[in-house]
Amino acid sequence: MSSLAQSHLYETFELNIGPQHPATHGVLRIKVVMDGEYIVKAEPVLGYIHRMHEKMGENRTWNQFWPNMSRLDYLSAMAYNRCYAGLMERAMGIEVPPRAEYIRVIIEELNRIQSHLLGFGAYVMDLGGFTPLMYAMDEREQILNLLEAVTGSRLTYCYHRFGGVYNDIDDDFIAGTRAFIKRFRPQIPMYHKLVTGNVILMERLVGIGPITAEICRKYGASGPVLRGSGVNFDIRKNEPYSVYPELDFDIPVYHECDSMARYLVRMDEMFQSTRIIEQALNKLPDGPVMAEKVPKTLKPPKGDYHFAVEAARGLFSMRTVSDGTNTSYRMRLRSPTYSNVSLFEEASQGMLLSDALAFLGSLDPVIPEMDR
Amino acid sequence: MIGLAAFIGVNLAWLGWVERKGAGHFQRRIGPKEVGPYGLLQPLADGLKLMSKQLIIPANADRALYMAAPIVAMVPAVLSFVLIPFGENLVPREFNFGLLMVFAFASMGGLSILIGGWGSGNKYSLIAGTRAVSQNVAYEIPMLITAMTIVMITGSMDLNEIVRQQGGFFWKWNIFRLDKSILMPISFLVFFVCSLAETNRTPFDMGECEGELIAGYHTEYGGMGFGLFMMAEYANIVIGCSLTTILFLGGWQCPFGLFPGPHWFLIKTYFLFWCFVWIRWTFPRTTFWGLLNLSWKYLIPFSLVNLLLTALFIKVF
Repeated sequence: MSSLAQSHLYETFELNIGPQHPATHGVLRIKVVMDGEYIVKAEPVLGYIHRMHEKMGENRTWNQFWPNMSRLDYLSAMAYNRCYAGLMERAMGIEVPPRAEYIRVIIEELNRIQSHLLGFGAYVMDLGGFTPLMYAMDEREQILNLLEAVTGSRLTYCYHRFGGVYNDIDDDFIAGTRAFIKRFRPQIPMYHKLVTGNVILMERLVGIGPITAEICRKYGASGPVLRGSGVNFDIRKNEPYSVYPELDFDIPVYHECDSMARYLVRMDEMFQSTRIIEQALNKLPDGPVMAEKVPKTLKPPKGDYHFAVEAARGLFSMRTVSDGTNTSYRMRLRSPTYSNVSLFEEASQGMLLSDALAFLGSLDPVIPEMDR
Repeated sequence: MIGLAAFIGVNLAWLGWVERKGAGHFQRRIGPKEVGPYGLLQPLADGLKLMSKQLIIPANADRALYMAAPIVAMVPAVLSFVLIPFGENLVPREFNFGLLMVFAFASMGGLSILIGGWGSGNKYSLIAGTRAVSQNVAYEIPMLITAMTIVMITGSMDLNEIVRQQGGFFWKWNIFRLDKSILMPISFLVFFVCSLAETNRTPFDMGECEGELIAGYHTEYGGMGFGLFMMAEYANIVIGCSLTTILFLGGWQCPFGLFPGPHWFLIKTYFLFWCFVWIRWTFPRTTFWGLLNLSWKYLIPFSLVNLLLTALFIKVF
């Protein structure tokens, strides 16, 4: 395509998609060189909501960094909190009580479902179908209410603590979660009936935006993007943390590599999450939810620590270097959307504009997390 | 004439309300409810808001075209109403070539989108404008050919005459006149799909495409400029629905002599309008390519076959 653009036979023009554009879900900007309706080159420009989270991690004490963690990916904030908790517990050698671990899993999976629900709704809205978003919002509201009752907030949670969680779940929450799962499970086939099988949606998604496993590997893509390309990689199975090894669930993998595969991975993951929650609720042990003897001022021993979790959008990992003081020497956040969107430039070459935006939506980007 | 003006005004204002209320109920919401009972005064509030807004003309817009586009959109849409037979004796202006005139006015809608998109000085608008034009061209052909079959059957382009030849009961409507062409029900569908595309409605709203092109050709329009485009859209939908009713669903013909004709005409038209709303809030949008494929590969060949078949039927029987 680039030789075509340089040949002066075709006139190309530049189009700025974003930073304010309905398809970019926030402040992503894509500089597109277009040849008519075809994309010659699409370059994502990041950094419009860069807030220096990594640098903040180096200026703040370990405890003061908590609120930052829920402001990366505002849709699945719980997994990011979980990662920070896991990181510091590994650094300090804190043993987390089993009840806290189970609660963490339940809460995170609820959070994952609501993130995928919004992803599903917003994606179909990108494609011009507005109604599924409202259906998804309805279910999502139930989850947010449940989470609000336990954690005190609806989006930017600060629920985890080093060594556990700050608030035990009560019977109302357990009953509410069971009721939600009972209500939500039949909804997934309904979504498939209403949305997935639609001729127009199939035309928009099947075969659009093929990403091979090689491209995923090259850019470090993870999460549903990777699993939609036929690679079975999920930190919950490959490098298990928390109590995931004790729970029985499958990792949905699709080999079609197209937008539809990524969409279906998300839909299937919601079902798997309900399975996880159900099992975790059944196995929920009694006991404290906070580890004893967690020091007020944390001073992890000198060293290099790393912890990875499977967030809703893929592999999120934190790496920190501690010099033995109460702040981090270097804090590194590896966010999934950054890698997932990076492959857009290569994969979108020669696509039609509308296909490219359908493809971008299937990556399910959350911009604050990408820019950090 | 005053009655017609009132009819158009009320329609354009309150069909927007119907659409929003319908959308609300499709989406487990209530829809507009604050202004007046059931939000019935919402259109007035919206109109007031739009009219009180400052008209902002973008710096690199082509002023003349930018200002002209909403008017070019609105005028032919409203003029088409003059030709619609609401009842046997309720035709604002009877005209021998009514069908042709309506189509002529309808194609001006595409022009308004093009000059709106071009004059805005915005690349998104431009893309939307070009898309809308190729879409309108692509969909006018099968629409016209399908209408031609009706003209061949009835031997008239007078809209009132076309209705007169149908009957009040549904088996006397053109849609079920299988003795003229066995493909009639399908050509009704073709015509309906084409009128969806012609009025730039989801799933064929390439001119708008809010997920891709922000708001398409009216991205840069605010205030009443946008308001006129909006009203022109509803006017075009009503025209499209009326035309479908006239050509296929028996127009003002009433069964058993129940109620005067205009009632039946309006019932059928508004039912079709409701289908428009229904489709809009159910389906996602097609791609531009898929849309052209549908027209050139399916609708146009089919309507040509239909035309030939109808000619054959008329010749043989």
